[in-house]
Amino acid sequence: MKSDITFGQYVEGNSVIHRLDPRVKIVISLVYIVAIFLAKSVTAFILLTVSSAVFVVMTGISPRLILRSMKPLLFIIIFTAVINLFFMTGENPVFEWRFIHIYREGIINACLIVLRIVLLITATSVFLTYTTTPLALTDALEQLLSPLKKLHVPVHEFSMMMTIALRFIPTLIDETQKIINAQTARGADFTSGGLIKRGKALVPILIPLFISAFRRADELATAMECRCYTGGEGRTRMNTLKSKPKDWVFFFCILLLTAGIVLLNIFFPLYTVLK
Amino acid sequence: MKPIIKAENLVFTYPGDEEQKPVKALDGVSFEIPEGSFTAILGHNGSGKSTLAKLLCLINLPDRGRLWIDGREMTADDVTEAEILAARREVGMVFQNPDNQIVATIVEEDVAFGCENLGLPPAEIRRRVDEALADVGMTEFARNPSYKLSGGQKQHVAIAGTIAMRRRCVIFDESTAMLDPVGRREVMDIIEKLNHEEGITVLIITHHMNEAARADRILVMNGGRIIADGSPSAVFGEPERMWEAGLDVPQTTEFAYKLRELGIKVPLDLFDPADCAEAVAKAVLEKRGGARREAGS
Repeated sequence: MKSDITFGQYVEGNSVIHRLDPRVKIVISLVYIVAIFLAKSVTAFILLTVSSAVFVVMTGISPRLILRSMKPLLFIIIFTAVINLFFMTGENPVFEWRFIHIYREGIINACLIVLRIVLLITATSVFLTYTTTPLALTDALEQLLSPLKKLHVPVHEFSMMMTIALRFIPTLIDETQKIINAQTARGADFTSGGLIKRGKALVPILIPLFISAFRRADELATAMECRCYTGGEGRTRMNTLKSKPKDWVFFFCILLLTAGIVLLNIFFPLYTVLK
Repeated sequence: MKPIIKAENLVFTYPGDEEQKPVKALDGVSFEIPEGSFTAILGHNGSGKSTLAKLLCLINLPDRGRLWIDGREMTADDVTEAEILAARREVGMVFQNPDNQIVATIVEEDVAFGCENLGLPPAEIRRRVDEALADVGMTEFARNPSYKLSGGQKQHVAIAGTIAMRRRCVIFDESTAMLDPVGRREVMDIIEKLNHEEGITVLIITHHMNEAARADRILVMNGGRIIADGSPSAVFGEPERMWEAGLDVPQTTEFAYKLRELGIKVPLDLFDPADCAEAVAKAVLEKRGGARREAGS
């Protein structure tokens, strides 16, 4: 369990998208999300769906994996679809029975909303969670947000906290397992009983875990001080992120795509129903 | 040679609270550590040796007494924060628990951490990190996550981190205590290499008598004071004193001591089992030869 833990959902790979500058990936996904929200017409959605499919193919990650990441959101997807289907009013009734009125606009709207959510999940998976390690994301965020340091936002401190938290996840999982084993050896029972009993059984795991985590934090702080850590001031980095030409090419493609969607909304407003 | 560390009458007391009385951990400790030397500090739990290490790394400052690092008095009234930071660049520490001193997930990023704190240019950090990893034989693990390494390998990473900072003195605070015998030997080999080949001043704090025997000089602590100071032969040459302080001597010394009680003359300062065995064989043969001569006459 412990030795194979992967952080987040990162899928090992060496595709173009994997190798993009993580800062560019963050910006790209933001722009792409904006594009998804700007899309109002069926034509724009066709463009988005095709481009998303192209990105998925480029990452080399199996589409099944991406579909699986939608599972936790299945309820929300169905719920919004149903709401749109029944409560959207329009001019072309398709089906009427007592208090249920379904209009053609409602059906199209429901489909597009579902498509929108699916596209949002795909975009963030493809650009961020599946192709970028959390460490790379932390580094990229620190550099992207570094202008905020002038406003006294502790950007470096937050990113250092993230780095350390990520570093200690496997260590603490290991430790939890050791404590569970130790308590089980003393006769503790974590697997039977109702919710309350099981919740109470966690206390003898959590208390030692917290005590040890605090002790670790204390020792780590001493060790960092010994290694001349004094905060972000005057610190340099060994691996600075450098954007390459292909990062810029990708970025401009996404900008073009967004512009295309706006144009499609205006000039080919086929079935423009989304508000 | 010029001392890199000089301590005079250091006193340090851990402040108590409602539940605990204040504990006087150091009670007048004085010594000098010459540059390039290899010193071991021995002492049982609570003898003040780790407290001493924390003072030498300037994590704590002594309550009384004077401490010089690289010729500058750290306990002077006019010492500045910048001077303390500068001294910390020279004296580093490798701790006991390898898990609690590694900051970054990726090995080479952790090695780079100290250099990044010094504000070196990225290309220079890259060069130093590659060198340091090669020095401890961890080059092939550079891009690995640190949590997948063994305890000994993690200590190698921690040592690489301090080598990369080009420190002149490194204190090892029981750095081998949590390792298996193989890891312990490997770490000790690297420590010895640092001292002999790179000329880095080394201080090891240990419970293991055989590790202490590898140093040039041993300081024995008990009750916050230094009770013995000398070469391993001199310190272990008086095993009674060590036993009084609740400490052990290397097994070879203990063995030789017991043989001496039986009238077999074996030197006490042979710490390598092979050397010791040879000396014992020689002594036994000599004794037998002597006995035969006596019987013959």
